[in-house]
Amino acid sequence: MNRYQPEIECASEDRLRGLQSERLVRTVKHAYDNVAFYRRKMDEHKVKPADVKSMDDLPKLPFLCKDDLRDAYPYGFLAVPRSEVVRIQSTSGTTGKRVVAFYTQQDIDVWDECCARAIVAAGGGKDDVVHVCYGYGLFTGGPGLNGGSHKVGSMTLPMSSGNTERQIQFMCDLGSTILCCTPSYAAFLAEAILEQGMADRISLKAGIFGAEAWSEEMRRDIEDKLRIKAYDIYGLTEISGPGVSFECSEQTGMHINEDHFAAEIIDPATGETLPLGSKGELVFSCLSKAAFPLLRYRTRDICVLSRKACSCGRTLVKMSKLMGRSDDMLIIRGVNVFPSQIEAVLLKCGLPPNYQIIVDRVKYTDTFDVQVEMTPEMFSDTVRQVAARESELVSALRSMLGISPKVTLVTPRSIARSEGKAVRVVDKRTI
Amino acid sequence: MIIDQISVFVENNPGRLADIAGILGKAGIDMRAMSIADTAKFGILRLIVDKPREALELLRAAECVVSVTPVLAVSIKDLPGSLAVVLRVLAEAGINVEYGYAFVSRKQGNAYVVIRVEDNRRAVECLAQNGIKVADGKEIYE
Ligand SMILES: [Zn+2]
Repeated sequence: MNRYQPEIECASEDRLRGLQSERLVRTVKHAYDNVAFYRRKMDEHKVKPADVKSMDDLPKLPFLCKDDLRDAYPYGFLAVPRSEVVRIQSTSGTTGKRVVAFYTQQDIDVWDECCARAIVAAGGGKDDVVHVCYGYGLFTGGPGLNGGSHKVGSMTLPMSSGNTERQIQFMCDLGSTILCCTPSYAAFLAEAILEQGMADRISLKAGIFGAEAWSEEMRRDIEDKLRIKAYDIYGLTEISGPGVSFECSEQTGMHINEDHFAAEIIDPATGETLPLGSKGELVFSCLSKAAFPLLRYRTRDICVLSRKACSCGRTLVKMSKLMGRSDDMLIIRGVNVFPSQIEAVLLKCGLPPNYQIIVDRVKYTDTFDVQVEMTPEMFSDTVRQVAARESELVSALRSMLGISPKVTLVTPRSIARSEGKAVRVVDKRTI
Repeated sequence: MIIDQISVFVENNPGRLADIAGILGKAGIDMRAMSIADTAKFGILRLIVDKPREALELLRAAECVVSVTPVLAVSIKDLPGSLAVVLRVLAEAGINVEYGYAFVSRKQGNAYVVIRVEDNRRAVECLAQNGIKVADGKEIYE
């Protein structure tokens, strides 16, 4: 029933915990013995590999963050001889040094298996045609889903990104059934397919969309337009790539492949481990990786973990959709504000998510401005109507955030963009 | 009877208005009348031009938010009190005037008042019954 490795995916909590403990002990020793950084960091924290006997001891280990990986560029975290490495992938950092991740053949096999679980959960099997238009190359999206599709035995179309005409043509001619790409590209493809009147010529049944945050509204929009079921997938290059967690038919969060990646939620401010169900920063420890065994890696992603029984039968812990980033969370007048919340409100109000948050401090009080790009739908020739639509938006934002922003409507495409990406937050406060 | 007004969203920043006027001027589009509704946070520029379709396309291409609003141009005598007559006729018929602005056509030697109401047809009817002439597009655009 849509499970690739049911013996693991549906294992009892005890069995999973046992497996995790056994693998953690081994990985900690492996990292300590082979990575100078861990040796130094653990010695500083006065913790020896022998002190880690089970998953209960995980909080004893020091955290690892992206800067540590950047500082160790390129080979600092490599834990096996270079001759054992068969692949390198890299993050898409726009500034500063990139992070490069290394894989042995066994690491690739595990990664592929994780992606295979995601494809099978989305209804994929040997008879499916998996259309991968994530980028291939250093980016993990393409290689990950490609490998997963091979494991499942599906026919794999390594389309890579771009060339929308060709994407649609192959989709029609070869009968693609499962689409793998970013949600924004899926939305773009859906528009193009409808515009060209090709909707009846495609045979898609499911989509696996990840590598960026997307809202429930966007999911429904893509599902309606392409007449598919859209599944979320999560991952990060540092930990392996897509497939660290994946969504099942219930579509209420992503099951973490916790036989390979142990998840914790911490308070981003204090580093304290929080109980299940708390909202906080997601931290991963690799349990079976050889080449790049990161322990307690801080993802900066904010979410909630849950072990509520899932209708799909999987027992793997579930993570909620991402609720923001601990590094772009704003505290305005004492209230936590995530840019993603503003995006959700705009989409709900039928507006494109083109906005900029400007925070400043005037006379010891935070000012909170949200600039929104004007649209033809929102515009009217009468001041009364524009003002009414504007105040609707303000009250929708207030009920989502708990504080009231001042909304300013601005000219389309006037919000500053850097390298094609809109600048979402301008924080002018000096404290 | 009913003419097209171009309504343009204007962000409250210096120079924006000049940009818009520049776009139209460069294309040889003549403004017959204009008015600006201004709030603390944004403005709405309302224009009557000689070539409304062209103006609309040009402004859209320049990424302005624009809309076309059907309005009435009522010809009035250039005398004190003539605007009041028009407004009274509409008020007595229960027709609410959302906004209005006046202009003078040098060519025709006439004064006009542009008015925006909910129901143009009924307003035209009601004005005609009271002997008040509503200009047609030809008269305004040419
Ligand atoms: Zn499930």
